[in-house]
Amino acid sequence: MSVLQVTRTVYDAIRAHGEETYPHECCGALLGRTTADGWRIEAAVKAGNTRTDSAHNRYNIAPAELVKIEREARSKGVSIGGFYHSHPDHPAQWSATDFAEAHWLGCSYVITAVTQGKATVTNSFLLAGVTEEDKRFEDESIELIETTEPADESLTARVESNNA
Amino acid sequence: MTIYIPTPLRPYAAGKDALEVQAGTVSGALDELTRTFPDLRKHLFTAEGKLRAFVNVYLNDEDVRYLPEKDATAVSATDTLSIVPSIAGGCGVSHPFVRRGDRMDGARNC
Repeated sequence: MSVLQVTRTVYDAIRAHGEETYPHECCGALLGRTTADGWRIEAAVKAGNTRTDSAHNRYNIAPAELVKIEREARSKGVSIGGFYHSHPDHPAQWSATDFAEAHWLGCSYVITAVTQGKATVTNSFLLAGVTEEDKRFEDESIELIETTEPADESLTARVESNNA
Repeated sequence: MTIYIPTPLRPYAAGKDALEVQAGTVSGALDELTRTFPDLRKHLFTAEGKLRAFVNVYLNDEDVRYLPEKDATAVSATDTLSIVPSIAGGCGVSHPFVRRGDRMDGARNC
């Protein structure tokens, strides 16, 4: 089983994001570096959910926003290693929609269940496979990394201002 | 021009996150990319040669699909081309073949 290493700061931030947007789904990108077992995530970037027509059970990140996130990640020497979103009043389990819309092979998809406004379970799934035709979600464990380093607020602040 | 390669496609591009190419148009640049790294072709294009529906291509900050000349748009040496697979999803009915219920939180401290 692959391991998603996440700093405590990022882990808490993505769960808090799910509570902020409840009863709508939150979403964002996870930035980091590859390890022997998976990804080490060092920053999370909040993204806007363009699915305003059905934000309680769907999310979509605008490609233009992804271009900006990836550009910023490159400038900081990290890569997009995955994405996160929340499931309001729904288990932290990937759905048929999540699977059909997943195209970032080799990346982690983190889902947080938010029940009655409170983040409960957070799970991660690796999108494994080598093509669209044989892709599959595999469970992966989440390993929290305690760090005293301050979070890189510049990324989050920049993207949020783009959404304003 | 510079073509930026997203994380999932880097294994098929010798691990590179970017490639410098010389091309006159967007389609010419993509052709050059897939000539250099042939394994990328099936990830970017359908068997009919059309860009896969979930693959977005941005010329600088513009979606190529919405440019007047689309992939025939002229490019210059200072332009950038970003390949960005779409990202979407959301809760709904759990996968009918893998209904496992809710996992316990697997996070642990290290």
